[in-house]
Order: sequence, then C-alpha cells, then structure tokens
Amino acid sequence: MSDSSKAKSPSRRQFLSGAAAAGAGAVAATAARAAGPDPLITEVQDWATATGEGVDATPYGMPIRFESDVRRRNVGWLTADTISSINFTPIHALDGTITPQGCAFERHHSGAIELRKEDYRLMINGLVDTPLVFTYADLERFPRENHVYFCECAANTGMEWAGAQLNGAQFTHGMIHNMEYAGVSLRTLLQEAGLGAAGDLKDKWVYVEGADASSNGRSIPMDKALDDVLVAFKANGEALRKEHGYPVRLCVPGWEGNMWVKWLRRIEVVDQPVQSREETSKYTDTLADGTSRKWTWAMDAKSVVTSPSPQSPIKHGKGPLVITGLAWSGRGAIKRVDVSKDGGKTWETARLGAPGEKMALSRFYLDTEWDGEEMLLQSRAMDETGYVQPTKTELRDVRGENSIYHNNCIQTWWVKPNGEAENVEVS
Amino acid sequence: MSKYRKLIITTALAASLSAGPALAEKMGLGRPALPEEVAAWNIDVSPDGTGLPDGSGSVEDGEVLFSDYCAVCHGEFAEGVDNWPKLAGGGGTLADKDPLKTVGSYWPYLSTTWDYVHRSMPFGNAQTLKPDEVYAIVAYILYSNDLVEDDFVLSKDNFLDVEMPNKDGFIIDDRETAEAQFWKAEPCMTDCKETVEITMEAAVLDVTPEETKARKVQEMMDATNPANKVPGAANKADEASNAAPATEAATETATDTATESPAAEPAAEEPAAPEETAALDPALVAKGEKVFRKCKACHQVGDGAKNRTGPILNGIVGHAAGTAEGFRYSKVMKEAADGGLVWTEEELTAFLTKPSKYMKKTKMTFAGLKKDDDLEAVIAYLKSFN
Repeated sequence: MSDSSKAKSPSRRQFLSGAAAAGAGAVAATAARAAGPDPLITEVQDWATATGEGVDATPYGMPIRFESDVRRRNVGWLTADTISSINFTPIHALDGTITPQGCAFERHHSGAIELRKEDYRLMINGLVDTPLVFTYADLERFPRENHVYFCECAANTGMEWAGAQLNGAQFTHGMIHNMEYAGVSLRTLLQEAGLGAAGDLKDKWVYVEGADASSNGRSIPMDKALDDVLVAFKANGEALRKEHGYPVRLCVPGWEGNMWVKWLRRIEVVDQPVQSREETSKYTDTLADGTSRKWTWAMDAKSVVTSPSPQSPIKHGKGPLVITGLAWSGRGAIKRVDVSKDGGKTWETARLGAPGEKMALSRFYLDTEWDGEEMLLQSRAMDETGYVQPTKTELRDVRGENSIYHNNCIQTWWVKPNGEAENVEVS
Repeated sequence: MSKYRKLIITTALAASLSAGPALAEKMGLGRPALPEEVAAWNIDVSPDGTGLPDGSGSVEDGEVLFSDYCAVCHGEFAEGVDNWPKLAGGGGTLADKDPLKTVGSYWPYLSTTWDYVHRSMPFGNAQTLKPDEVYAIVAYILYSNDLVEDDFVLSKDNFLDVEMPNKDGFIIDDRETAEAQFWKAEPCMTDCKETVEITMEAAVLDVTPEETKARKVQEMMDATNPANKVPGAANKADEASNAAPATEAATETATDTATESPAAEPAAEEPAAPEETAALDPALVAKGEKVFRKCKACHQVGDGAKNRTGPILNGIVGHAAGTAEGFRYSKVMKEAADGGLVWTEEELTAFLTKPSKYMKKTKMTFAGLKKDDDLEAVIAYLKSFN
C-alpha cells in the first residue's frame, strides 16, 4: 500500500474527528455493556467443539448459506419472458468494487447459450487484408492484458425516469458489474488480419456480433476499436460464466453494456455502421420533442449510495454509521464523490476506497455519526473530465422523461428514524 | 523482491510498451477464412442495401408467414401480445408521454427490419427463414403499418424505395454540447437549496418485486439453531426456501433432476401405454433434453414450471390436449380438445413433425422436428416428467 492511501484510512480520519463524536460514541459503548455475559462467549459453542466440513465438501465453493439472500433478482413485469430479459446485481449487499461473477447481472436477448471452447470460432472479415478464423486456442497465444472495467446496461435506472419506482439499489442501479478481465486487445487481432484494405481508418467501423440466436450486433467506430476494446476470456481470474458470454466476450470500456457482445463470433471491418436493431430501435434516447439521440455510447458519470438503502436499512440505531456506495464514469476515472444527508442542501466529500481508475467502479465511504433523525441521502460523482452527476430535474430539463436509457441522475434515499430507507424523489 | 529484479521487470515493461504500437508485425495465428465460411456468417444488411440477397416476397404471402411464425408474440396484426413488442402503429406519438415505438413509427431504416427478422427471428427458431420469406414478412410488417398497399411485393430491387416515416428522427449524440452545463467542475457544497420536499415515493407505487420475502425466510432460519442442520441438506433447504424470484434456478434444478434420475420419475399412476411403465432410456432422455432447447423459448417443464408463451408440459404425454390451467389456447386447439384429442405418442409425433400442417392456425409457431430420432428423444424427455 502506498503512503497516500494510508493517510486516507478511516482510522486516522475517525481519530481526527473523534473529539466531536466522543459523546455519542460513549453512549453506544455503554449500551453494549448493559446486557449480561454473552453466552456466545461464556458457553462453549458447537462449532468450537465438533469438527467442520472436510476439504472436498465443496470442490467449487458457493457463498455460505447465511449469504443466500445476496443474489441476482429479476423484475418480472419488465419483460415478456426471462429468456429475453435482465436481472440485477445485489449491489446493496456487496462491498469493495469487484463484482463476483455468480451474482453479476445478466442480460440476454435469446437466453444464455452453452458454447464449448472446442466449438468456438472467431471470424474477422470485411475490409481486412486477410479474413481470418481463430479458435479459442489461437486467441490464447496472443499477448494478453488485464483490466478492471465496469459494464453498465444503458437501461440501468431506466425505470426511474418518470418517477421513483423501484424500492432498492439492486433494482434502481443493479444493471452493472465490475470485473477484472484477461484477454487480447481488439487492436492486436485487427492488426493480425491487416487493416491495409480498409484505407483511411477515420471513417471506418467494426461490426461485432454474437453467436447466440439473437445474433446481437453493434457497430463500433474504428478509433474506439483500436483504442481500448478488449476480447476477453477470463473474468475475476476464472473463465467467463455462461451467462456472461463464455468462452469469449467483448469489453468496450466505459460504453453501454449492449455493445459488450457475448459469445463473440465475428468482427467485420465496414465502411458504414450497420444500423442494427440494437443501435436504432433500441439503445437510442428519445427526447421530449420526439427526436432521438443515437450513438450515445459513453456512460455518463454516476453514483449511488448502496448502504443504507431500502434493502440495507440501518439496524444499529444512532451513533457511528458508514455510508457507502459506488461511483463510475464511462469517460474516465472518478475524482471525487460528495454525499448529502439533507436532499442536496449541503454536501460533504466522501473518501474513496482507492484512487479512481478509468472505466472502473470506485467505492466511496462517508464515516459519519447518525443522530437518529431522518435523512435524505444522496451521492454525487465527479469524473476526471470535470463532469458532475446531475440531479434528476437537471437531467429531465434536457432529456425529458422518455429516454429510457442513460439515466445517471442523483438518487435519493429517504432514511427514516427507524433506520428503514425508501426510494424517493425530492424537489 | 530485490532491487535488481525490479529493475529487470521495469525494463521489460518499458520494452513491451514501446513495442506495442509497432506490433503490426503479424504473429501468424489463425487461418484464412474460406469464402463459404464468410458467406455463411457475413449476412448483416446495411441501410444502403449492402448484404441484401436476391429475392422478393408479397404482403399476401407475408400475412400467412407472419401468422405462422410471428403472431404468437406480435399479434395477427403486429399489434403485440402481452409484453412482446408491438410492430405496428404509434405514428405521431414520439413526443407523447408514452410514445409507441414500432417499425412504422420509429425505425429509421428498413434494412434493420430485414436484417433483424433474418438473423434473430422467429424467437426460439432463429436463422431458419429463407430470404423470400423474410422479404414477405417485412412486406407484411410494412403493410400493417399502412406504409404499402395490400398488393405490394418487396424485393431487392425496390427495397431502397420504401420511405421510413422516422428516417430523419435521429441526431448524433450531442451531450457534450447540449449538456455542457454538467461539466461544472466545482459544484455547490453549502446552502445549495432553501427547501427540500419529497415529491414522490416508490413505496406508494408498490411495483418492487417481493424481494423482502427471501430475507425474512433467511432471518427465520438464522433464528433457529444452525447447529441443528446437516450441512449438505441445509444447503438444499435454503435453495428451496428462497423461492422468491427463482424462476431460472427452479427451471435449472428441474432439468438437473430430470437428467440425473429419469428412470425414477415415471412411476406412472395412470395405466397408459404399456411402454410407459418400462424405465426410460436415460441416454434418450438426455438427448431429448437437448432437443427440448428448441422448445424452451416458449415451454417450461419440471418442478416450478409455469405457462409461458406456450403451456406447461408436465405430464403431457398421454394427457388430454388443451388442459393446462390458465393457458389461453388457440381456437383450433380448444376445438381439438373438445373433440377429445389426447396427446398419445403418435399424436405428439404427428404434431411435432410439422405443427402448422397437423393443426392449421395453431398458436405454436414452431417449424417442426425433421428427424425421427429427435422426435423420439424429445417425447422420451417429456415422458420423464409424467
């Protein structure tokens, strides 16, 4: 750990602000002492007597059963069928920034298919010197890179345009995950096929397409394709999950999740965008006057308090409270996150768990004292380009209420004196 | 780590970084794609018609095809069923509070419709339509949007003549200028507003899924002494009790059970065909499970199965037709059921070979299973749920 991150550690901050908080802290400590001796300590427990499971009980482990509530959830009324649908990451219950694959949201257009590595083929065709076919084994022989990237569906928070609808950070902001990928840069593969035939690369595009029945395809401008797009085959150290495109998916850092084509089977160099269904009839943002923005690829800076939140109420009463959440930007690194407890009248700057990284989630913490009064909790992200996450009103003023996609407004949780929280809108 | 090693690594890193851009040197991996391979996959169609194959199709033919392949989800008149997309109507609604976005009201390019129908539809049986069929279906979608007359024939030649009403309805992302005010660098920190009022509450709307159920079950379980539980069994119990939104998990569990112990299931209560009492061939059932993937887009079977686009199929083999509770059958299926149709293996085989031939106007828009092996296997698989 570097010195700078040490200096920002909570213990030191708490120590510095400890004088003001001493009173409340003392009360909490006394309350803990009031009960009699704790039988969990004074009596010998079963787990301290009998033995536990042997090493092979779970050759591939799942989280302990006490955590079985931490799981993806679906909103049934959103879509006609789970095969063409989405579910949501339980962000309210996670900490740090990496999303475990097993609870990272899924979005399928024709269901999650099973495609063996042995059956996997990747074709590069179109305006290239030599159209090529790669096997999975071929891909593993190119130089690999590691990157942590967030993947956010453009429709994340999309149900909230017209008003506060869904009561939980998982449902309002859970169409996102953040993983460490290993893969080959798309640039490397394009160079292998040779871009001489494409001529001037400025106005060229790549069309990327999946192997599943939806044949989801998107057009990506060449400068992005040659910049940071990654052909990934491992996530968080292991193979991609079936539901995330095993064995190979595309990562398009900072850009909407629909472009992160799963089960990637084809990359075509073209001289015009294909204007597929997913880049015309969907993933376009209709403004109040009925015209629609297209090619709104970058995900704007955004943040949300994950706890306390409706699914993660305060259970400990007043006293020390950790307010935490996630922040991200598709245009670069998160520089700062502010938190408001009064619905945006006053703000204080939160602490980042680690310095922000480009196109990756940042975790923020506000280590504070709760007086037991109601709060209107908000968070506001700022990225390295100077973009400041707007309020819902500011966003609606420009975009109306029919955008569906790209809702990056400031979220408000109404935390009540009993510690429960609710999704609300404020003036 | 010694300083010496660090130095080597740093140098190596610098070297590889500087080598990066110059990596244009090829590695000789992969192999040239054959023309037939490129032809098989390179089927996307662009707005200027690039990629369109020769062919044509009429509104008249399209109506029949649409009814067979598309109407189950999109409605006979492309008006949409349940939550499935509406493909027609909505003209002039884009600035309304609830715009209706269809091929006619919203899609800027006809190529998109052709490309999507050809590559991604019909749902659950994609990439099976021939070019002429796609031309016909697209012609019918245009007709249902009042964009062409009923005698219209769409072809490669007249494709670019069709005017899409919303072709000029799109602008390229202008956020950096239209929303320049969001790049404000130093936002307000104190006295940012005078008053704050709650203007809307999610709890009032009450559309959040019943997600607290799972937590309550968990809390109840935590309250009981965990030491009472046998570790392995407890995990299963947890999964079962977390019934809240576990449709997918439930389906998978059901499928697993079926493959693991297919022979255990058909302890047939009903004295039906004699071969049903005989144990099913596990290999055949396993094969049938794979074939059933074609059916899964619309049908569920096993524990926790529900009616979807198609009815639940538990116990279907040997069962009276048209009796899944709560499912809205087509008129012809109701009539057949009233006439006493029973899904014996023979009837099922005939139906699944070509549904539209066996039962004209059935809602089941499935092309059919051509191989006898597949038919036998899928029926064996279904029998494992009897």
